[in-house]
Amino acid sequence: MKQRATVLLGSALGALAALVFAATRVVAADTVDPAADAKAFQNFFFQKFPTVKHEDFVNGPYSMNEDMKRQWREKEEFPPYEFSLDAGKEMFSTPFKNGKTYADCFPNGGIGIRQNYPYFDEKEGKVVTLELALNRCREANGEAPYSYVKDEMASLTAYMAFTSRGKPMDIKIPDDPRALAAFENGKRYFYTRRGQMNFSCASCHVQSPGERIRAETLAPALGILNAMPIYRSEWSGMGTISRRFVTCNSQTRAVPLEPQSDEYRDVEYFLSYVANGLPISGPGARP
Amino acid sequence: MKRSLALAMLLVSSLAPSARAANEADYKAAYAAAEAASKEAAGMRNQWTVTVSALAAAKKAADGGDFDRAVAAAREAEALAKASIFQATSEKDAWKAMEIR
Repeated sequence: MKQRATVLLGSALGALAALVFAATRVVAADTVDPAADAKAFQNFFFQKFPTVKHEDFVNGPYSMNEDMKRQWREKEEFPPYEFSLDAGKEMFSTPFKNGKTYADCFPNGGIGIRQNYPYFDEKEGKVVTLELALNRCREANGEAPYSYVKDEMASLTAYMAFTSRGKPMDIKIPDDPRALAAFENGKRYFYTRRGQMNFSCASCHVQSPGERIRAETLAPALGILNAMPIYRSEWSGMGTISRRFVTCNSQTRAVPLEPQSDEYRDVEYFLSYVANGLPISGPGARP
Repeated sequence: MKRSLALAMLLVSSLAPSARAANEADYKAAYAAAEAASKEAAGMRNQWTVTVSALAAAKKAADGGDFDRAVAAAREAEALAKASIFQATSEKDAWKAMEIR
């Protein structure tokens, strides 16, 4: 009888301990820890592709396939984004009607700062992307905003990315619950399945980088924004980060959100932060 | 033989109501149900392109007076919208299973 009671008591204590352990795990899982997330994210790719140099992940599909990389290197002698880059440089230095320029809106005159975007604006309580900052600059100077997905915005961001080439991505998350919430929201958007195809961003860019989807080789999610904006042969033109998100959504048969919606800004924040330390390589070229 | 004939007639008569051509009222009811589900999906920020296309096809068929086709497209749109609502609801937690930790 005494032995039976001891066994019962032991079982009850065991169950209680398991419950406490599980509860602790739930709390831990719900805690937002961007640094731990970034470390896990990078390690996942470094371990999945041990022969790829870390800084090479920013070259997307070219880091996954030696033949494609050779073709790309040849193409880089006369890069398809060159016209856009030249146009962006000219636009950047051309004064607005009021005599000011883009340089007046950005730290360091807008040169070599791409790696710091997007950032969390503590006054606004939201993520501010480079594309958004450029249009806000235009509007503040009495100019009409550009389309977020078309040529002018791509040209401007191409030039700004070019002035940051080689600089490591350096996204900050301030100690502000709204910034942590934006990071978490971006992470949730990245992993959430949507569209009739039931794909998340991660379905292609975490589960299947290096694999083919139709004729395309899928890029790894790690460093995927470091090369933006890009010239895509599929688009026969340049595309911004906004255009990339819109296209990805459409391809899964989800109705895209409006460019620079909170979700897109947050997922850009998440993807850029987890690529911290990897070099800016934009503007890029992709098949 | 006589019994088979009677059974066949009974079967035909029982199917008759559902086989009739759809009318405008059927279309309006089907479209309203599809539109409500579609709005709910859009409110969850999870609209599907195919839902929008099916709704447009339903309207186009109705405008052309083809209510059979219009009702079929509206029902398809409703089913797609409901699937997108299910997806958005289940993904509220399911996304965590994909997360790199």
